[in-house]
Amino acid sequence: MTKTDFPPSILSRPTYGVLSPRPGPAHLLIADGAGAGAVLDLLGAADAGMAGGSHLIYLPGPDGTDRTAELAALALAQFHRAPSFAAALPRLRKVLGDAHMGVQIYLAGSEGLIGQAQREVMEAGLPHDAVQTEHRGSWVRRVQCVHCKGITENVATDPFLCSHCGLALFVRDHYSRRIAAFQGVNIDAEDPGSVPPPVEKFR
Amino acid sequence: MGLTFKDETFREDFTFFNSPAAIRRFPFPFPEDSYMYSVNMEPHVPGRPGSVFEKTFDVDEHYVAEMRERARVLAEDPLRCQSLPHMTLAGWDLLELIMEAKAREYPDWFSLQRDGNRWHWINRPLEIEQTFTFLDETTLPCGPMEYITRQTQGDFSLQDQRNDNLWMDAGMVTTQADWSLDFDLGMNFFEWHAPVPLAHEKQIFTRALKFLMNVQHGAPARRFNWTMTIDPLLDTSPENYPKWGPSRATLTPENVGRRMHLRVELQTFFRLPRSNALAFPIRCYLIRFEELATQPKWARRLHRVIRDLPDELAAYKGFLRNKPIMVDYLAQFDDGTPTSPGWWAD
Repeated sequence: MTKTDFPPSILSRPTYGVLSPRPGPAHLLIADGAGAGAVLDLLGAADAGMAGGSHLIYLPGPDGTDRTAELAALALAQFHRAPSFAAALPRLRKVLGDAHMGVQIYLAGSEGLIGQAQREVMEAGLPHDAVQTEHRGSWVRRVQCVHCKGITENVATDPFLCSHCGLALFVRDHYSRRIAAFQGVNIDAEDPGSVPPPVEKFR
Repeated sequence: MGLTFKDETFREDFTFFNSPAAIRRFPFPFPEDSYMYSVNMEPHVPGRPGSVFEKTFDVDEHYVAEMRERARVLAEDPLRCQSLPHMTLAGWDLLELIMEAKAREYPDWFSLQRDGNRWHWINRPLEIEQTFTFLDETTLPCGPMEYITRQTQGDFSLQDQRNDNLWMDAGMVTTQADWSLDFDLGMNFFEWHAPVPLAHEKQIFTRALKFLMNVQHGAPARRFNWTMTIDPLLDTSPENYPKWGPSRATLTPENVGRRMHLRVELQTFFRLPRSNALAFPIRCYLIRFEELATQPKWARRLHRVIRDLPDELAAYKGFLRNKPIMVDYLAQFDDGTPTSPGWWAD
């Protein structure tokens, strides 16, 4: 088990649990990278019947981890390997729109994947308690620049340069579920030019 | 009503100042010589004549200039006003609350005539006249919350109450103490207060939430909050921090009295009747240190409050780097004599 232990933080910072099988007519699983391990553990712990009611959407992780072959071997009712979250989105929205009462949703992998998938679930109007999450693998963050509003994916260092406007941003733990991102704030606003060297904080 | 609305600015040449009458009615937020977070709620009932508590929504000499400033901020960044789809009814509730209060309490400036759902609103200071159908959005130039808060001083957030929490699902935020409505929209009470230091440990937000969820229609409440701002800049938004942040490095012993402002938030809380949402107006009052020093009690007390404030709070409020200059300036007004109880000027 590679369950992540995050250091204590502020109340807007998301926390994650461990996936566990729940009874339901249908199971939607969305995972990236090392989240494959959580999916394998989940199905290993479940009744034999769960695989026949499961739809898994899987994409490679931000660190390149790709366990497609192991997941394909699970023989789920539906398995889709997408190259990116953006590419998976039309399918995900269709599946969420078609979902019936009682569907169980399982999200596993990076924070960016979990946050964006959770936002889609919320926007589809599905109940919050139908969703379980488990973080695995990379800690890289999805960060919104509070100044230009652009989102930089896979941020590993603090500070970092906004990929849209180029400002040097420090990464807060303050997190918006609606935007599915942490907040980045200009670090040298008061003393332009004095940017401390970036430290790799989120691997 | 012998009040003249001032023509003044809150950016660039910063011509804002308080008249002697505005200084005397300033809501000084410190009832004692020291400060720590507290829930400090009291009923929002009419207070002393002439004070900022006299009316439900205080209209002062800065009204017209503040509304002009709000329009400029919104033109530059429309994301400062947002309302999630389920909050439109709360917007109508707010419009009704403000229009009724202003027409009743300031009849020389505002008028509201109702013929069933057909309403006729006149705002004389802003030269606005509008006939519209209550609860029909197509009869206003913009949504109801935006419409009325473009005509009312202070920021506004509308909180939806569900699942034993308050959710910030709508707001008009252009005079904020460095928080982003766009980022915080949709958060619950604990999430949008998450970055505040020390207060969570003291259970401040747990108790405040319990209080706020029980605010009843017709029984509003109020409290103060405060921070410091260099120059009379209303829009201290995180969005524009790269523009105003550099000013923090320009404070000197020579200019601190003129440029440093105590920024007071008068927060009020109203239960709205149709939506059961909570309206949370956050009214900002600015006063420069020089103006404040004309009231000896306030200057003495502010010196003690700032001098003894924990650095963690000064850092969160954004003035840690300038605290020594501020304390040195204020010290000249503190002869060590006691201050009288309460916050009213002597």
